[in-house]
Amino acid sequence: MAITYTSGEQVEVYRFSIPATVLIPLTAIFLQAWLPLRFPFFTLFDLPLLVTIGFATARRNPLAGLVTGGLIGILQDALTHQAIGLYGISLTVVGFGASSLGIKLDVENGGARFLLTIFFYAVHEVVYFMIARGLVGSHMAWSWPHEVLSGVSNALLGVLVFMLLDRVKQRT
Amino acid sequence: MDVLGRYRNLIVLVGVLFAQVLGLAVQVRRPTDNEPTRLIRIWAVDMVTPLEKALGWAQTSSNNIWHNYFYLRGVRAENRSLKAQIERMSLEQVRMSQDADQARRLQALLAFKEQFISQTMAAQVIGTSGSEQSRSVYIDKGEVDGLKPDTAVITANGVVGKVLLVYRSTSLVLLISDHSSGVGALLEKSRIEGIVRGTPAGEVMLEKVMSDESVSVGEQVLTSGGDGIFPKGLLVGTVTKVTPGSELFLNIHLRPAADLSKLEEVLVVTKIDQRQAAPDKTGAARAADILAERLPTVPSKPENAEKGPAPETATPKTAIPKTVAPANSGLDAKPKAAHSDALTSSGAPATRKPVTSASSPVNSSGNPSGAPSAAKPAASGIDATKLSKPVKATTEPKPQPAVEDIPH
Repeated sequence: MAITYTSGEQVEVYRFSIPATVLIPLTAIFLQAWLPLRFPFFTLFDLPLLVTIGFATARRNPLAGLVTGGLIGILQDALTHQAIGLYGISLTVVGFGASSLGIKLDVENGGARFLLTIFFYAVHEVVYFMIARGLVGSHMAWSWPHEVLSGVSNALLGVLVFMLLDRVKQRT
Repeated sequence: MDVLGRYRNLIVLVGVLFAQVLGLAVQVRRPTDNEPTRLIRIWAVDMVTPLEKALGWAQTSSNNIWHNYFYLRGVRAENRSLKAQIERMSLEQVRMSQDADQARRLQALLAFKEQFISQTMAAQVIGTSGSEQSRSVYIDKGEVDGLKPDTAVITANGVVGKVLLVYRSTSLVLLISDHSSGVGALLEKSRIEGIVRGTPAGEVMLEKVMSDESVSVGEQVLTSGGDGIFPKGLLVGTVTKVTPGSELFLNIHLRPAADLSKLEEVLVVTKIDQRQAAPDKTGAARAADILAERLPTVPSKPENAEKGPAPETATPKTAIPKTVAPANSGLDAKPKAAHSDALTSSGAPATRKPVTSASSPVNSSGNPSGAPSAAKPAASGIDATKLSKPVKATTEPKPQPAVEDIPH
Protein backbone atom coordinates (compact mmCIF):
# COMPACT_ATOMS: atom_id res chain seq x y z
CA MET A 1 0.00 0.00 0.00
CA ALA A 2 1.38 3.41 -0.93
CA ILE A 3 2.13 5.78 1.90
CA THR A 4 2.40 9.48 2.45
CA TYR A 5 5.53 11.31 3.48
CA THR A 6 4.75 11.18 7.16
CA SER A 7 3.78 7.55 7.27
CA GLY A 8 6.11 4.98 8.74
CA GLU A 9 4.96 2.12 6.60
CA GLN A 10 7.17 0.73 3.89
CA VAL A 11 6.57 1.79 0.31
CA GLU A 12 5.84 -0.75 -2.33
CA VAL A 13 8.45 -1.22 -4.96
CA TYR A 14 7.57 -2.52 -8.35
CA ARG A 15 9.52 -4.04 -11.15
CA PHE A 16 8.96 -4.61 -14.82
CA SER A 17 9.62 -7.73 -16.81
CA ILE A 18 12.53 -7.69 -19.23
CA PRO A 19 10.33 -7.55 -22.36
CA ALA A 20 8.40 -4.66 -20.85
CA THR A 21 11.60 -2.91 -19.83
CA VAL A 22 12.88 -3.09 -23.39
CA LEU A 23 9.75 -2.77 -25.47
CA ILE A 24 7.96 0.02 -23.65
CA PRO A 25 10.75 2.61 -24.04
CA LEU A 26 11.34 1.56 -27.65
CA THR A 27 7.63 1.88 -28.37
CA ALA A 28 7.59 5.31 -26.78
CA ILE A 29 10.53 6.47 -28.90
CA PHE A 30 8.98 5.02 -32.03
CA LEU A 31 5.61 6.66 -31.40
CA GLN A 32 7.33 9.95 -30.63
CA ALA A 33 9.04 9.79 -34.01
CA TRP A 34 6.11 8.50 -36.05
CA LEU A 35 2.97 10.12 -34.69
CA PRO A 36 3.97 13.74 -35.52
CA LEU A 37 3.94 12.69 -39.16
CA ARG A 38 0.20 12.10 -38.96
CA PHE A 39 -0.62 14.45 -36.09
CA PRO A 40 1.68 17.48 -36.20
CA PHE A 41 0.48 18.68 -32.79
CA PHE A 42 2.03 15.60 -31.19
CA THR A 43 5.42 17.32 -31.04
CA LEU A 44 3.99 19.02 -27.97
CA PHE A 45 4.20 15.75 -26.06
CA ASP A 46 7.27 13.90 -24.87
CA LEU A 47 6.49 10.19 -24.52
CA PRO A 48 10.04 9.10 -23.61
CA LEU A 49 10.00 11.57 -20.72
CA LEU A 50 6.70 10.19 -19.44
CA VAL A 51 7.95 6.63 -19.66
CA THR A 52 11.10 7.62 -17.77
CA ILE A 53 9.07 9.19 -14.99
CA GLY A 54 6.71 6.21 -14.87
CA PHE A 55 9.53 3.67 -14.64
CA ALA A 56 11.41 5.70 -12.05
CA THR A 57 8.45 6.27 -9.75
CA ALA A 58 7.44 2.60 -9.95
CA ARG A 59 10.86 1.15 -9.29
CA ARG A 60 11.83 3.70 -6.67
CA ASN A 61 15.48 2.88 -7.29
CA PRO A 62 17.66 5.93 -8.10
CA LEU A 63 20.32 3.85 -9.83
CA ALA A 64 17.84 2.13 -12.07
CA GLY A 65 16.07 5.41 -12.66
CA LEU A 66 19.13 7.30 -13.80
CA VAL A 67 20.38 4.47 -16.01
CA THR A 68 16.98 4.03 -17.63
CA GLY A 69 16.63 7.77 -18.16
CA GLY A 70 20.10 8.04 -19.61
CA LEU A 71 19.58 5.23 -22.08
CA ILE A 72 16.18 6.47 -23.20
CA GLY A 73 17.55 9.98 -23.59
CA ILE A 74 20.52 8.86 -25.65
CA LEU A 75 18.27 6.91 -27.99
CA GLN A 76 16.05 9.94 -28.32
CA ASP A 77 19.10 12.08 -29.15
CA ALA A 78 20.24 9.62 -31.77
CA LEU A 79 17.14 10.25 -33.86
CA THR A 80 17.76 13.99 -33.99
CA HIS A 81 20.53 15.78 -35.84
CA GLN A 82 21.88 17.37 -32.71
CA ALA A 83 24.65 16.19 -30.48
CA ILE A 84 24.01 13.00 -28.55
CA GLY A 85 23.68 13.70 -24.87
CA LEU A 86 21.21 16.57 -24.66
CA TYR A 87 18.20 14.43 -23.89
CA GLY A 88 20.51 11.89 -22.25
CA ILE A 89 21.63 14.31 -19.56
CA SER A 90 18.19 15.75 -18.91
CA LEU A 91 16.49 12.36 -18.68
CA THR A 92 19.27 11.06 -16.44
CA VAL A 93 18.52 13.87 -14.01
CA VAL A 94 14.77 13.27 -14.32
CA GLY A 95 15.14 9.52 -13.79
CA PHE A 96 17.24 10.03 -10.70
CA GLY A 97 14.99 12.71 -9.28
CA ALA A 98 11.73 10.89 -9.98
CA SER A 99 12.90 7.67 -8.37
CA SER A 100 14.32 9.52 -5.35
CA LEU A 101 11.09 11.44 -4.94
CA GLY A 102 9.06 8.31 -5.47
CA ILE A 103 10.56 6.86 -2.31
CA LYS A 104 9.32 9.74 -0.26
CA LEU A 105 5.98 10.58 -1.77
CA ASP A 106 2.75 8.85 -2.60
CA VAL A 107 2.67 8.72 -6.38
CA GLU A 108 -0.13 6.25 -6.86
CA ASN A 109 -3.03 8.65 -7.26
CA GLY A 110 -3.82 10.71 -10.30
CA GLY A 111 -3.40 14.12 -8.69
CA ALA A 112 0.06 13.37 -7.42
CA ARG A 113 1.08 11.99 -10.75
CA PHE A 114 -0.21 15.08 -12.52
CA LEU A 115 1.79 17.43 -10.32
CA LEU A 116 4.85 15.19 -10.39
CA THR A 117 4.82 15.13 -14.18
CA ILE A 118 4.52 18.90 -14.42
CA PHE A 119 7.40 19.32 -12.01
CA PHE A 120 9.73 16.94 -13.81
CA TYR A 121 8.74 18.32 -17.19
CA ALA A 122 9.92 21.70 -15.95
CA VAL A 123 13.14 20.14 -14.64
CA HIS A 124 13.67 18.42 -17.96
CA GLU A 125 13.16 21.62 -19.94
CA VAL A 126 15.41 23.69 -17.69
CA VAL A 127 18.25 21.17 -17.81
CA TYR A 128 17.90 20.75 -21.58
CA PHE A 129 17.85 24.48 -22.10
CA MET A 130 20.93 24.99 -19.95
CA ILE A 131 22.90 22.23 -21.66
CA ALA A 132 21.87 23.31 -25.15
CA ARG A 133 22.62 26.98 -24.60
CA GLY A 134 25.55 26.63 -22.23
CA LEU A 135 27.50 23.69 -23.58
CA VAL A 136 26.45 23.22 -27.16
CA GLY A 137 25.79 26.86 -28.00
CA SER A 138 22.52 26.05 -29.70
CA HIS A 139 20.02 28.83 -30.35
CA MET A 140 17.03 28.04 -28.23
CA ALA A 141 14.15 30.29 -27.36
CA TRP A 142 12.24 29.97 -24.13
CA SER A 143 8.53 30.64 -24.54
CA TRP A 144 6.52 30.63 -21.33
CA PRO A 145 3.12 30.09 -22.99
CA HIS A 146 4.48 27.18 -24.97
CA GLU A 147 6.15 25.63 -21.93
CA VAL A 148 3.05 25.95 -19.78
CA LEU A 149 0.83 24.46 -22.45
CA SER A 150 3.28 21.67 -23.08
CA GLY A 151 3.70 20.96 -19.37
CA VAL A 152 -0.01 20.67 -18.75
CA SER A 153 -0.50 18.55 -21.87
CA ASN A 154 2.28 16.19 -20.89
CA ALA A 155 0.93 15.94 -17.36
CA LEU A 156 -2.51 14.94 -18.64
CA LEU A 157 -1.03 12.40 -21.01
CA GLY A 158 1.27 11.23 -18.26
CA VAL A 159 -1.64 10.23 -16.07
CA LEU A 160 -2.87 7.98 -18.87
CA VAL A 161 0.60 6.56 -19.53
CA PHE A 162 1.06 5.74 -15.84
CA MET A 163 -2.28 3.93 -15.81
CA LEU A 164 -1.04 1.82 -18.72
CA LEU A 165 2.24 1.12 -16.92
CA ASP A 166 0.28 0.05 -13.83
CA ARG A 167 -1.05 -2.86 -15.85
CA VAL A 168 2.41 -4.25 -16.63
CA LYS A 169 4.31 -3.56 -13.44
CA GLN A 170 4.88 -6.37 -10.98
CA ARG A 171 5.27 -6.27 -7.24
CA THR A 172 8.64 -7.30 -5.91
CA MET B 1 33.98 3.42 2.45
CA ASP B 2 31.11 4.47 4.61
CA VAL B 3 30.85 7.69 2.62
CA LEU B 4 30.92 5.80 -0.66
CA GLY B 5 28.16 3.52 0.47
CA ARG B 6 26.11 6.36 1.85
CA TYR B 7 26.31 8.50 -1.25
CA ARG B 8 26.53 5.70 -3.77
CA ASN B 9 23.52 6.80 -5.79
CA LEU B 10 24.70 10.36 -5.97
CA ILE B 11 28.19 9.31 -7.02
CA VAL B 12 26.82 7.10 -9.76
CA LEU B 13 24.61 9.95 -10.92
CA VAL B 14 27.53 12.36 -11.09
CA GLY B 15 29.61 9.78 -12.91
CA VAL B 16 26.96 9.09 -15.52
CA LEU B 17 26.32 12.79 -16.07
CA PHE B 18 30.04 13.49 -16.36
CA ALA B 19 30.45 10.75 -18.94
CA GLN B 20 27.61 12.16 -20.99
CA VAL B 21 28.95 15.67 -20.79
CA LEU B 22 32.32 14.40 -21.97
CA GLY B 23 30.65 12.69 -24.87
CA LEU B 24 28.82 15.87 -25.66
CA ALA B 25 32.02 17.87 -25.56
CA VAL B 26 33.73 15.50 -27.95
CA GLN B 27 30.92 15.86 -30.43
CA VAL B 28 30.78 19.61 -30.22
CA ARG B 29 34.52 19.92 -30.81
CA ARG B 30 34.41 17.98 -34.04
CA PRO B 31 31.63 19.31 -36.22
CA THR B 32 33.13 18.14 -39.50
CA ASP B 33 30.99 17.01 -42.38
CA ASN B 34 33.23 14.10 -43.27
CA GLU B 35 33.07 12.55 -39.85
CA PRO B 36 31.71 9.03 -39.89
CA THR B 37 28.26 8.60 -38.45
CA ARG B 38 28.18 7.49 -34.87
CA LEU B 39 27.26 3.89 -34.30
CA ILE B 40 24.64 4.79 -31.74
CA ARG B 41 22.86 6.82 -34.41
CA ILE B 42 22.99 3.94 -36.82
CA TRP B 43 21.64 1.53 -34.23
CA ALA B 44 18.83 3.83 -33.19
CA VAL B 45 17.83 4.58 -36.76
CA ASP B 46 17.99 0.91 -37.72
CA MET B 47 15.71 0.07 -34.82
CA VAL B 48 13.06 2.62 -35.61
CA THR B 49 12.98 3.13 -39.37
CA PRO B 50 12.04 -0.43 -40.48
CA LEU B 51 8.82 -0.24 -38.51
CA GLU B 52 8.16 3.25 -39.85
CA LYS B 53 8.66 1.97 -43.40
CA ALA B 54 6.35 -0.96 -42.76
CA LEU B 55 3.65 1.30 -41.39
CA GLY B 56 4.04 3.66 -44.30
CA TRP B 57 3.73 0.79 -46.76
CA ALA B 58 0.67 -0.57 -44.98
CA GLN B 59 -0.97 2.82 -44.99
CA THR B 60 -0.23 3.39 -48.68
CA SER B 61 -1.55 -0.06 -49.59
CA SER B 62 -4.75 0.38 -47.65
CA ASN B 63 -5.24 3.83 -49.16
CA ASN B 64 -4.77 2.39 -52.64
CA ILE B 65 -7.23 -0.41 -52.00
CA TRP B 66 -9.76 2.02 -50.62
CA HIS B 67 -9.45 4.57 -53.41
CA ASN B 68 -9.08 2.14 -56.28
CA TYR B 69 -11.82 -0.33 -55.39
CA PHE B 70 -14.19 1.08 -52.84
CA TYR B 71 -14.21 4.82 -52.90
CA LEU B 72 -15.23 5.32 -56.55
CA ARG B 73 -17.86 7.87 -55.84
CA GLY B 74 -17.41 10.99 -57.89
CA VAL B 75 -14.60 9.56 -59.99
CA ARG B 76 -16.30 10.47 -63.25
CA ALA B 77 -17.00 14.03 -62.19
CA GLU B 78 -13.47 14.35 -60.89
CA ASN B 79 -12.17 13.05 -64.21
CA ARG B 80 -14.09 15.69 -66.09
CA SER B 81 -12.86 18.48 -63.88
CA LEU B 82 -9.28 17.24 -64.14
CA LYS B 83 -9.48 17.19 -67.92
CA ALA B 84 -10.73 20.75 -67.91
CA GLN B 85 -7.93 21.70 -65.59
CA ILE B 86 -5.40 20.08 -67.93
CA GLU B 87 -6.71 22.13 -70.81
CA ARG B 88 -6.41 25.32 -68.81
CA MET B 89 -2.90 24.45 -67.73
CA SER B 90 -1.88 23.66 -71.31
CA LEU B 91 -2.87 27.12 -72.38
CA GLU B 92 -0.98 28.58 -69.48
CA GLN B 93 2.01 26.48 -70.37
CA VAL B 94 2.03 27.93 -73.86
CA ARG B 95 2.14 31.40 -72.43
CA MET B 96 4.86 30.52 -69.96
CA SER B 97 7.01 28.90 -72.61
CA GLN B 98 6.97 32.14 -74.54
CA ASP B 99 8.23 33.93 -71.45
CA ALA B 100 10.89 31.25 -71.01
CA ASP B 101 12.01 31.68 -74.61
CA GLN B 102 12.43 35.37 -74.14
CA ALA B 103 14.30 34.94 -70.89
CA ARG B 104 16.61 32.43 -72.51
CA ARG B 105 17.37 34.76 -75.35
CA LEU B 106 18.20 37.52 -72.93
CA GLN B 107 20.37 35.20 -70.90
CA ALA B 108 22.24 34.18 -73.99
CA LEU B 109 22.87 37.77 -74.79
CA LEU B 110 24.38 38.30 -71.40
CA ALA B 111 26.24 34.97 -71.58
CA PHE B 112 24.60 33.60 -68.46
CA LYS B 113 24.84 29.99 -67.50
CA GLU B 114 21.58 28.48 -66.47
CA GLN B 115 21.26 25.84 -63.82
CA PHE B 116 18.55 23.28 -64.08
CA ILE B 117 17.46 20.20 -62.25
CA SER B 118 18.21 17.29 -64.53
CA GLN B 119 17.42 14.39 -62.23
CA THR B 120 15.31 13.82 -59.13
CA MET B 121 14.40 10.85 -57.01
CA ALA B 122 11.05 10.43 -55.28
CA ALA B 123 11.14 9.44 -51.63
CA GLN B 124 8.52 8.80 -49.00
CA VAL B 125 8.65 10.49 -45.62
CA ILE B 126 8.55 7.73 -43.02
CA GLY B 127 9.21 9.48 -39.73
CA THR B 128 10.34 12.54 -37.83
CA SER B 129 13.01 13.20 -35.25
CA GLY B 130 10.31 13.40 -32.60
CA SER B 131 11.67 16.59 -31.11
CA GLU B 132 10.65 20.20 -31.43
CA GLN B 133 14.31 21.16 -31.13
CA SER B 134 15.21 19.19 -34.24
CA ARG B 135 12.86 19.80 -37.12
CA SER B 136 13.79 17.02 -39.46
CA VAL B 137 12.23 14.04 -41.17
CA TYR B 138 13.38 10.63 -42.30
CA ILE B 139 12.93 9.45 -45.88
CA ASP B 140 13.11 5.93 -47.22
CA LYS B 141 16.07 6.47 -49.53
CA GLY B 142 19.67 6.20 -48.46
CA GLU B 143 23.20 5.33 -49.47
CA VAL B 144 22.15 2.28 -51.48
CA ASP B 145 19.99 4.58 -53.62
CA GLY B 146 22.88 6.90 -54.32
CA LEU B 147 21.95 9.77 -52.01
CA LYS B 148 24.60 12.06 -50.60
CA PRO B 149 24.58 14.71 -47.89
CA ASP B 150 23.87 18.34 -48.76
CA THR B 151 21.37 17.43 -51.45
CA ALA B 152 18.32 19.58 -52.03
CA VAL B 153 14.92 18.13 -51.16
CA ILE B 154 11.83 19.67 -52.72
CA THR B 155 8.19 19.04 -53.47
CA ALA B 156 6.06 20.22 -56.35
CA ASN B 157 5.08 23.17 -54.18
CA GLY B 158 8.51 24.31 -53.13
CA VAL B 159 11.65 23.78 -51.12
CA VAL B 160 11.55 21.38 -48.17
CA GLY B 161 15.12 21.15 -46.93
CA LYS B 162 18.37 19.33 -47.49
CA VAL B 163 19.72 15.87 -46.81
CA LEU B 164 21.77 16.05 -43.64
CA LEU B 165 22.69 12.47 -42.80
CA VAL B 166 22.65 9.45 -45.09
CA TYR B 167 22.32 5.94 -43.69
CA ARG B 168 22.19 2.72 -45.56
CA SER B 169 18.55 2.82 -46.63
CA THR B 170 17.24 5.98 -44.99
CA SER B 171 18.27 9.60 -44.79
CA LEU B 172 17.66 12.47 -42.43
CA VAL B 173 16.36 15.62 -44.08
CA LEU B 174 16.77 18.92 -42.25
CA LEU B 175 13.73 21.10 -42.85
CA ILE B 176 14.02 24.78 -43.65
CA SER B 177 12.04 25.49 -40.47
CA ASP B 178 14.85 24.19 -38.27
CA HIS B 179 16.88 26.84 -36.52
CA SER B 180 20.15 25.38 -37.79
CA SER B 181 19.16 25.42 -41.46
CA GLY B 182 19.90 28.16 -43.96
CA VAL B 183 18.90 28.70 -47.58
CA GLY B 184 20.21 31.40 -49.89
CA ALA B 185 17.17 33.26 -51.16
CA LEU B 186 15.99 36.37 -52.92
CA LEU B 187 12.76 38.26 -53.24
CA GLU B 188 11.05 37.67 -56.55
CA LYS B 189 10.23 41.24 -57.54
CA SER B 190 12.84 43.36 -55.87
CA ARG B 191 15.61 40.72 -56.23
CA ILE B 192 16.88 41.56 -52.75
CA GLU B 193 18.96 38.70 -51.42
CA GLY B 194 18.79 37.24 -47.95
CA ILE B 195 19.03 34.00 -46.01
CA VAL B 196 16.02 31.89 -45.11
CA ARG B 197 16.36 30.41 -41.63
CA GLY B 198 14.13 28.58 -39.24
CA THR B 199 13.46 29.74 -35.71
CA PRO B 200 13.39 27.70 -32.50
CA ALA B 201 9.62 28.03 -32.63
CA GLY B 202 9.52 26.45 -36.09
CA GLU B 203 8.79 29.58 -38.07
CA VAL B 204 10.57 30.48 -41.29
CA MET B 205 12.18 33.90 -41.61
CA LEU B 206 14.11 35.77 -44.27
CA GLU B 207 17.12 37.35 -42.61
CA LYS B 208 19.87 39.82 -43.53
CA VAL B 209 17.60 42.21 -45.38
CA MET B 210 18.44 45.77 -44.54
CA SER B 211 15.77 47.80 -42.81
CA ASP B 212 15.74 50.47 -45.50
CA GLU B 213 14.66 47.98 -48.16
CA SER B 214 11.04 47.83 -49.26
CA VAL B 215 9.47 44.42 -48.82
CA SER B 216 5.78 43.88 -49.41
CA VAL B 217 3.52 41.24 -47.92
CA GLY B 218 2.61 38.57 -50.42
CA GLU B 219 5.88 38.75 -52.30
CA GLN B 220 7.34 35.39 -53.13
CA VAL B 221 10.79 34.26 -52.09
CA LEU B 222 12.90 32.14 -54.42
CA THR B 223 16.20 30.36 -53.97
CA SER B 224 19.16 32.40 -55.11
CA GLY B 225 21.48 29.49 -55.81
CA GLY B 226 24.16 31.12 -53.70
CA ASP B 227 24.35 28.33 -51.15
CA GLY B 228 25.43 25.80 -53.75
CA ILE B 229 22.76 23.33 -52.69
CA PHE B 230 19.49 24.63 -54.08
CA PRO B 231 19.32 25.62 -57.75
CA LYS B 232 18.24 29.14 -58.43
CA GLY B 233 14.61 29.94 -58.88
CA LEU B 234 12.89 27.40 -56.65
CA LEU B 235 9.97 28.69 -54.62
CA VAL B 236 10.68 28.90 -50.91
CA GLY B 237 7.68 30.74 -49.53
CA THR B 238 5.61 33.89 -49.36
CA VAL B 239 6.10 36.94 -47.17
CA THR B 240 3.39 37.13 -44.50
CA LYS B 241 4.68 39.80 -42.15
CA VAL B 242 7.40 42.45 -42.17
CA THR B 243 8.44 44.13 -38.94
CA PRO B 244 11.47 46.13 -37.90
CA GLY B 245 14.03 43.92 -36.28
CA SER B 246 17.01 44.35 -34.08
CA GLU B 247 20.13 45.98 -35.43
CA LEU B 248 19.81 47.07 -39.05
CA PHE B 249 17.74 44.23 -40.46
CA LEU B 250 14.08 43.50 -41.01
CA ASN B 251 12.13 40.63 -39.49
CA ILE B 252 10.48 39.04 -42.49
CA HIS B 253 8.17 36.14 -41.71
CA LEU B 254 7.51 33.62 -44.45
CA ARG B 255 4.88 31.01 -45.06
CA PRO B 256 6.70 28.04 -46.61
CA ALA B 257 5.44 27.04 -50.02
CA ALA B 258 5.67 23.38 -49.10
CA ASP B 259 3.49 22.31 -46.17
CA LEU B 260 6.22 21.11 -43.80
CA SER B 261 3.74 19.66 -41.31
CA LYS B 262 2.13 17.34 -43.84
CA LEU B 263 4.96 15.89 -45.85
CA GLU B 264 4.29 12.53 -47.43
CA GLU B 265 6.39 12.36 -50.57
CA VAL B 266 9.35 14.49 -51.53
CA LEU B 267 11.78 14.76 -54.40
CA VAL B 268 15.52 14.59 -53.83
CA VAL B 269 17.49 16.53 -56.42
CA THR B 270 20.18 14.11 -57.45
CA LYS B 271 21.64 15.98 -60.40
CA ILE B 272 21.97 19.62 -61.31
CA ASP B 273 23.44 20.58 -64.67
CA GLN B 274 24.72 23.83 -65.99
CA ARG B 275 24.69 24.97 -69.52
CA GLN B 276 25.04 28.09 -71.55
CA ALA B 277 21.55 29.44 -72.13
CA ALA B 278 20.75 29.19 -75.82
CA PRO B 279 17.82 30.73 -77.61
CA ASP B 280 15.24 28.39 -78.93
CA LYS B 281 16.29 28.16 -82.54
CA THR B 282 13.47 25.83 -83.43
CA GLY B 283 10.99 28.49 -82.46
CA ALA B 284 9.95 31.39 -84.59
CA ALA B 285 12.76 33.14 -86.42
CA ARG B 286 13.87 36.51 -85.28
CA ALA B 287 12.59 39.50 -87.08
CA ALA B 288 16.13 40.44 -88.09
CA ASP B 289 16.67 37.08 -89.73
CA ILE B 290 13.39 37.23 -91.53
CA LEU B 291 14.00 40.71 -92.88
CA ALA B 292 17.51 39.71 -93.86
CA GLU B 293 16.21 36.90 -95.98
CA ARG B 294 13.94 39.24 -97.86
CA LEU B 295 16.71 41.61 -98.76
CA PRO B 296 18.22 41.05 -102.22
CA THR B 297 21.45 39.12 -102.08
CA VAL B 298 24.30 38.74 -104.49
CA PRO B 299 24.45 35.21 -105.82
CA SER B 300 27.48 33.55 -104.27
CA LYS B 301 30.01 31.38 -105.98
CA PRO B 302 29.73 27.66 -105.39
CA GLU B 303 32.88 27.46 -103.24
CA ASN B 304 31.61 30.34 -101.16
CA ALA B 305 28.21 28.79 -100.80
CA GLU B 306 29.77 25.64 -99.29
CA LYS B 307 31.48 27.61 -96.59
CA GLY B 308 29.46 28.23 -93.46
CA PRO B 309 28.37 31.85 -93.32
CA ALA B 310 29.13 34.10 -90.39
CA PRO B 311 26.45 34.16 -87.76
CA GLU B 312 25.15 37.54 -88.77
CA THR B 313 24.79 36.40 -92.37
CA ALA B 314 22.39 33.60 -91.68
CA THR B 315 20.36 34.46 -94.78
CA PRO B 316 21.77 31.83 -97.14
CA LYS B 317 21.06 29.07 -94.64
CA THR B 318 17.60 30.28 -93.98
CA ALA B 319 16.93 30.51 -97.71
CA ILE B 320 18.06 27.00 -98.53
CA PRO B 321 15.48 25.15 -96.44
CA LYS B 322 12.65 26.44 -98.58
CA THR B 323 13.56 23.89 -101.20
CA VAL B 324 13.91 21.03 -98.79
CA ALA B 325 11.11 21.84 -96.42
CA PRO B 326 9.05 18.75 -97.21
CA ALA B 327 12.00 16.44 -96.71
CA ASN B 328 12.85 18.08 -93.43
CA SER B 329 9.42 17.80 -92.01
CA GLY B 330 10.34 14.41 -90.69
CA LEU B 331 13.39 15.86 -89.03
CA ASP B 332 11.24 18.57 -87.65
CA ALA B 333 8.97 16.01 -86.06
CA LYS B 334 11.83 14.53 -84.04
CA PRO B 335 12.90 17.68 -82.26
CA LYS B 336 9.31 18.58 -81.61
CA ALA B 337 8.66 15.15 -80.22
CA ALA B 338 11.69 15.56 -78.01
CA HIS B 339 10.36 18.89 -76.88
CA SER B 340 6.98 17.42 -76.12
CA ASP B 341 8.58 14.57 -74.17
CA ALA B 342 10.50 17.11 -72.17
CA LEU B 343 7.36 19.07 -71.59
CA THR B 344 5.17 16.25 -70.47
CA SER B 345 7.79 15.15 -67.98
CA SER B 346 8.64 18.56 -66.64
CA GLY B 347 5.45 20.49 -66.63
CA ALA B 348 6.73 23.93 -65.63
CA PRO B 349 9.60 26.29 -66.22
CA ALA B 350 12.49 25.45 -63.97
CA THR B 351 12.92 29.03 -62.97
CA ARG B 352 9.72 29.03 -60.99
CA LYS B 353 8.87 25.50 -60.02
CA PRO B 354 10.98 22.39 -59.56
CA VAL B 355 10.90 19.94 -62.40
CA THR B 356 10.14 16.39 -61.49
CA SER B 357 12.16 14.25 -63.85
CA ALA B 358 15.26 14.10 -65.96
CA SER B 359 14.41 16.84 -68.41
CA SER B 360 15.58 20.22 -69.47
CA PRO B 361 13.57 23.31 -68.74
CA VAL B 362 10.69 24.15 -70.94
CA ASN B 363 11.97 25.66 -74.11
CA SER B 364 9.09 25.19 -76.43
CA SER B 365 5.46 24.93 -76.05
CA GLY B 366 2.64 22.65 -76.45
CA ASN B 367 1.18 19.27 -76.43
CA PRO B 368 2.46 16.47 -78.56
CA SER B 369 0.27 16.71 -81.61
CA GLY B 370 -1.01 19.95 -82.97
CA ALA B 371 -0.33 22.62 -80.42
CA PRO B 372 3.33 23.33 -81.21
CA SER B 373 2.60 24.29 -84.75
CA ALA B 374 -0.29 26.35 -83.52
CA ALA B 375 1.74 27.89 -80.73
CA LYS B 376 4.74 28.95 -82.71
CA PRO B 377 2.96 31.56 -84.76
CA ALA B 378 1.36 32.75 -81.58
CA ALA B 379 4.73 32.87 -79.86
CA SER B 380 6.00 35.26 -82.48
CA GLY B 381 2.78 37.19 -82.64
CA ILE B 382 4.33 40.35 -83.96
CA ASP B 383 6.30 38.47 -86.56
CA ALA B 384 3.31 36.50 -87.66
CA THR B 385 1.61 39.63 -88.88
CA LYS B 386 4.48 40.33 -91.18
CA LEU B 387 5.28 36.87 -92.32
CA SER B 388 3.78 34.19 -94.38
CA LYS B 389 4.09 30.45 -93.95
CA PRO B 390 7.67 30.15 -95.20
CA VAL B 391 8.73 31.31 -91.74
CA LYS B 392 8.06 27.85 -90.38
CA ALA B 393 10.00 26.28 -93.19
CA THR B 394 13.00 28.42 -92.40
CA THR B 395 13.09 27.17 -88.88
CA GLU B 396 12.58 23.54 -89.65
CA PRO B 397 15.95 22.40 -90.89
CA LYS B 398 17.83 23.21 -87.68
CA PRO B 399 17.70 20.03 -85.73
CA GLN B 400 21.15 20.45 -84.13
CA PRO B 401 20.09 22.92 -81.43
CA ALA B 402 17.10 20.74 -80.69
CA VAL B 403 19.45 17.86 -79.86
CA GLU B 404 20.49 19.81 -76.78
CA ASP B 405 16.92 19.69 -75.62
CA ILE B 406 16.59 15.97 -75.74
CA PRO B 407 16.47 14.82 -72.14
CA HIS B 408 19.26 12.52 -71.04
